[in-house]
Amino acid sequence: MVSFEVNSADVQFDGDETTPLLWVLRDHLNITGTKYGCGVGQCGACTVHVDGQALRSCLIPVSTLAEKSVTTIEGLAASDDKLHPVQTAWLEHDVPQCGYCQAGQIMATAELLQRIPNPTDAEIDSNMTNLCRCGTYPRIRKAIHRAAELQAKGGRDEN
Amino acid sequence: MKTSASDVAFAISRRHFLVAGVTVTGAFVLGVPVAEAAIGEASGDRQLGFFIEIAADGHVVIGTNQPEIGQGIRTALPMLVAEELDVEWDKVSIRLMPLGLVKTAEGYDWKYGGQGVGGSTGLTDNWDYMREVGATARQQLIRAAAERWGLAADKCSTEPGYVVCPSVGERIAYADLVADAAALGVPEETPPLKAIAEHRIVGKLRNTIDARDIVTGKAKYGIDTVQPNMRFAVIARSPWLNGRPTSFDDTAARKIAGVLDVFEIDGPAPGEPYDILASGIAVVASSTWAAIKGREALKIEWDKGPNANDSSEQFWKENAEMLKGQGQIVLDDGDFDSAMSTADKIVEHRYEVPFVNHAPLEPQNCYAFVEKNRCHIIAPTQIPSGASRSAAWATGLERDQIRVDFTRIGGGFGRRLSNDYVAEAALISKKTGWPIKLQWTREDDVKNDFYRPAGLHEMRAGVNADGEIVAWTQRLASASKYFRRPNMPDEDLWSAELYPDDPPRRIVPNFRLEYFHNAIGIPRGSWRAPAHTANAFVVQSFIDEVAHETGQDPLQFRIDLYGEERELEYNNHGRPTFNPGRLSRLVQFVAERIGYGKALPRGRGIGLATHFTFGGYAAHAIEVAVSDKGELSIERIVAAIDCGYAVHPNAVDAQLQGGTVDGISTALGLQITVKDGQIQQSNFHDYPLARIAAFPARFETHILPYNDKPTGVGEIGLPSAAPALTNAIFAATGKRIRELPLKQQRLRA
Repeated sequence: MVSFEVNSADVQFDGDETTPLLWVLRDHLNITGTKYGCGVGQCGACTVHVDGQALRSCLIPVSTLAEKSVTTIEGLAASDDKLHPVQTAWLEHDVPQCGYCQAGQIMATAELLQRIPNPTDAEIDSNMTNLCRCGTYPRIRKAIHRAAELQAKGGRDEN
Repeated sequence: MKTSASDVAFAISRRHFLVAGVTVTGAFVLGVPVAEAAIGEASGDRQLGFFIEIAADGHVVIGTNQPEIGQGIRTALPMLVAEELDVEWDKVSIRLMPLGLVKTAEGYDWKYGGQGVGGSTGLTDNWDYMREVGATARQQLIRAAAERWGLAADKCSTEPGYVVCPSVGERIAYADLVADAAALGVPEETPPLKAIAEHRIVGKLRNTIDARDIVTGKAKYGIDTVQPNMRFAVIARSPWLNGRPTSFDDTAARKIAGVLDVFEIDGPAPGEPYDILASGIAVVASSTWAAIKGREALKIEWDKGPNANDSSEQFWKENAEMLKGQGQIVLDDGDFDSAMSTADKIVEHRYEVPFVNHAPLEPQNCYAFVEKNRCHIIAPTQIPSGASRSAAWATGLERDQIRVDFTRIGGGFGRRLSNDYVAEAALISKKTGWPIKLQWTREDDVKNDFYRPAGLHEMRAGVNADGEIVAWTQRLASASKYFRRPNMPDEDLWSAELYPDDPPRRIVPNFRLEYFHNAIGIPRGSWRAPAHTANAFVVQSFIDEVAHETGQDPLQFRIDLYGEERELEYNNHGRPTFNPGRLSRLVQFVAERIGYGKALPRGRGIGLATHFTFGGYAAHAIEVAVSDKGELSIERIVAAIDCGYAVHPNAVDAQLQGGTVDGISTALGLQITVKDGQIQQSNFHDYPLARIAAFPARFETHILPYNDKPTGVGEIGLPSAAPALTNAIFAATGKRIRELPLKQQRLRA
């Protein structure tokens, strides 16, 4: 039995402890905003925050999560009415095409802006490794700059 | 492209499809009583036909009948309905519709109009239809109000959400009229549609209607399907092309906690059409992870089959060998041989375009529940009617016993025109009797695909003393996409790889196309903009080479080649005409924007390319820097599209950006290769889609309006991106790229 927290709720997992967090979220907890894309940490579609750090949940065995706190895309916004500045910027720039990678892109960006509040293009290039098959990169880049602006203006959420 | 033209190209009487006025039995069903409401199928008395529902508070729900793969169709079509219905866009939300089929004496007919997206036709096929749906509903509302006022309908008009009557000085909300309107008969006459100048929703910048669901993680894709008692399945498919299991030991697999069943899945015989891609062993479990672990524990003996010696190395040798001989002449305008014999200069080069994988980020998956007399499919599919056929094949059920719901889709790119994964899921559910969700892993996807065909292109042009191309030939040895298609004669295989009316046909008078087929055992399919991706690279590279080798400027050479605006006959997909002047305009535009012709530092260069794809026009100008060590950096991208009238400009822009990224990403690093009958790549580490760092911040896109007719946009922005990049590398370094991908090629001598 592994006990941890997902989006501020206590959860227990009582199955195969080698199961990656990704599949625990999706199949066992029915929290499906976190996506499967490659299973080997390449694409980043499954990016979540574990104790505030952006990690690829397909590579995290659930056994390592005891007493840790996981935030998924569903838990990023302070509330339904108050989106995270990264989500707001994503809407302003209408980033998604198919949308499948965007939860991971948003989670990666939210953590990036914690570490580097106003990243340059070069810093975006070296930190953002999530794949987008639709090619929304030009809008992702603009949305990251916009999110940095929104965050500086005090849009910082409580998470 | 489509799996079946009849799926998408449909013709139904107005009364049938508009608001589904009459069923085949003649019963009037404007209120749409449905025996069994499917997911997303609205019911109740606030509905006007199949597509429009107006709530008491004035909120409007518009049904969307087309698969959303990221192209924006789910926003664009409701924009058309809302425009003609005359409502405020911020009062509109959408509702997904299932596949609608009606059984008739002549076979199955569409209930909600043709459903399926491919070939950049989702918008153009529905452009009139969806506007008429909105206009007809608006007219019904006007008639209902006019009856209430005791006036003639032509005394009434609308303002957003209301019917108004200036002479009475009153207005009635649509919400208060919808029940009366629904009871009125559908008029035979098509109501007049708005002129484009009157549009206030269509043609304006609108955001993706369900973007908020996406950024909050609420949007549901096929992979997110959860149904009662659902089990999870994966398949261990043959690692060898056309191989099959001879025996398997599932002892260890069945010991994995959660593994419920293991059995063989029989694939098609070699050379036969693909219902599914491969033979293999299915594992069904209580979770995805248990199924994956169960699969890893299987011990399978394989018959390697007839293609065990196939290799990419052999494939390219065979192609070169074939080009030494005489192929199938599929087009021969003018007198090619004599024009070549009198040409002042002959330019000849060969280009290699590799196999590539679709790699939609959401791997294939499908929910299936097969029962005795019915079947339910929930799938991310571009062609839901194909899903219905695949499920019918797998189950033996009639298609009217099969319900198909389709979800938002995590990328299409043509992969989901094939419904092999639907057939697999239905086979597994039928065998077990359980509701199951089949999940492909990324490795499954990279190793089992209908890949973009690879080919070796030999180009030859004769140029006269004035520097004009007077003779042109393309000789192509390739793996045709039409290989193993049902009822496909060998002599037609070429037609998937060469679109004979593509420019410079009808511009160059002596024009010959020649084809050689390579029957390597790799499955092939439609990959975004199918043959245009290969041919645009080849033709736009070769045009650049002809310009350079005849001492001409590549921009001016293109302008001279394409010339002024005029409509030329065009009989391939994208018909009926092609206007070469629209390419001239675009290539001049992007050249000016990027500053073509300006002095550049050493190691820098600008490349241009332009292409006509499925009725739409695009051009790219790309500036690169190549270091002395051969490191490539894309410094600037300017892309422009002419899609006629841009119905949903925000999505047009997104598709141009995305197509550009796709074209460049693929050219930079992507190829599928075969050795000993096996696909060599397996995941994104060796099939490296480009990341954000490959693309510059200086990346601009432009929509150049042309006329009042929209074209599709999903594929148009892709083909000219790669040749603009490789032409830029030539301009920067003098190194000509004639093989894709660029990865591992030396960019400096």
